[in-house]
Amino acid sequence: MVLQKSAFNVYDLRQDFPILRRRVCGTKPLVYLDNAATTQKPFSVIQSIQDYYSNFNANIHRAVHQLADEATFAYEQARKKVAKLINARFPEEIIFTRNATEAINLVSYAWGRNNVKEGDNIVITEIEHHSNIVPWQMLAREKKANLCYIGVDDNGYLKIEDYEALLEAGNSRLISVSEMSNVLGTIIPLDEIISHAHHNGIPVLVDAAQSVPHMSVDVQESDCDFLAFSSHKMLGPTGVGVLYVKREILEEMPPFIGGGDMIREVHKQETIYNDLPYKFEGGTPNIAGVIGLGTAVDYLDNLGMDKIRDHEMDITRYAMASLADVKDVTIYGPQDLQHRGGILSFNIADIHPHDLATIMNEDGIAIRSGHHCAQVLMQRLDVAATSRASFYIYNTKEEVDLFIGALNRARKIFRI
Amino acid sequence: MSDDIYREIILDHYRNPRNKGKLLEADVSIHDSNPLCGDEIDIHLKVEEDKIKDIKFEGRGCAISQASASMLTEMVLDKPLNLVRDLAKQDILENIGLTNLGPARIKCALLSLKVLKMGMVKYYADRDPDAAKNFQNDPTVY
Repeated sequence: MVLQKSAFNVYDLRQDFPILRRRVCGTKPLVYLDNAATTQKPFSVIQSIQDYYSNFNANIHRAVHQLADEATFAYEQARKKVAKLINARFPEEIIFTRNATEAINLVSYAWGRNNVKEGDNIVITEIEHHSNIVPWQMLAREKKANLCYIGVDDNGYLKIEDYEALLEAGNSRLISVSEMSNVLGTIIPLDEIISHAHHNGIPVLVDAAQSVPHMSVDVQESDCDFLAFSSHKMLGPTGVGVLYVKREILEEMPPFIGGGDMIREVHKQETIYNDLPYKFEGGTPNIAGVIGLGTAVDYLDNLGMDKIRDHEMDITRYAMASLADVKDVTIYGPQDLQHRGGILSFNIADIHPHDLATIMNEDGIAIRSGHHCAQVLMQRLDVAATSRASFYIYNTKEEVDLFIGALNRARKIFRI
Repeated sequence: MSDDIYREIILDHYRNPRNKGKLLEADVSIHDSNPLCGDEIDIHLKVEEDKIKDIKFEGRGCAISQASASMLTEMVLDKPLNLVRDLAKQDILENIGLTNLGPARIKCALLSLKVLKMGMVKYYADRDPDAAKNFQNDPTVY
């Protein structure tokens, strides 16, 4: 057996996750390796949601009764925790949305519609998730702007020369990039990309859905202008996304969704909008979800983002070495763990990922198969689909061994 | 279990698909994909005297979707169009010997039948709109 080298004890930590006790497909212990899709929830997060509904359920920012006070306090505390996690200067730079997709759409509608003009370039990359492609296609169509792609090389790295050429061409209006690919695990050179963009006076949106849950992210250090991520990929509940926007940009942005909570005064023909960040949070938000996210941030904070990254690198290193020993396996993306998160996309011989996932499921192993909402990247890699194992804080090397065992069983079933 | 799903005959049709390729001068060609997993099937048909005179398929995807498509082409080649109209989900699952597929995988097995029925709608659309209706939104497929 290989000893865990991480700073936290993964076996103790697993006790915090009720779902890891369950059995699937009969009697198989659950080996959950689909963390890039969504993560499991610790008991403390589940309990904080229950606590809100059981003890202080009320609408926020409104009534003067005690429950409303308590609910508002808990909701705003969560905003402060999220701000601290990514080192935002002000809590009002944090806007809660439904998910990371809505966060990006908010920027596309509220900022993009007012700043992108005909003939402008919106620059994204070939590694993007559909959530960072489709909103820009919609905006580009509406404004007659161009959607331009930074290519990816055969090792899964961005082609920085593409980026430099696009910047030199002039009319770029926004750069929108994933900090970590949800397929290849590639961690992009974000500082370099942002400093180049800013040198040319272009703002940068970072899709941090895969990075914030897994590594230290500092918006002041990177100096990004927009940053989007999702609660449910970082131990929190579904239905909550986060958008960070630099305050000076936010102050200039018109609202996204009109309605209650985002107003100061409403008259028959006009409305004076509320202060930041409420101006961008129209309607009753997912209060329980936001409170749950706050508890998830506490949990991550307590472990330490750097230690989480160390643990995932350790598991990923072990998994990549083990996978390399299996015949006929192709691993996509960077080999260098400094530039890769805990996401492993691969194919094995002529076994289609869906067939592999079906076989693995019988051994209790949950992996993802398909295009991972990144069809542009799939076309670039010239594959219809890949299998993907993605790790988180509770995964162990023993689970990696079970995963490899199931892979070998699949080889047998397919007579390879 | 997988040993039952991935029987020799499924793997054989997956690795050595029958009637795979394009069809010159097809009367109708139709394409569809499964958005969940990206499996793709194209079917090309040549019809003569209300019979499927020739059929070819192209596609990529899992063993179940591709083997099912291959077996479907064998099943309907030289058969009257009425037979295609009457083909139902259960016929396909029995034909490929997979009657226990879960909800996520059953769509893989039925993709080719869905495409074939779409092809029939397209074929009849100009020729016999009433007949086309018989194939539209066929509940037996979904």
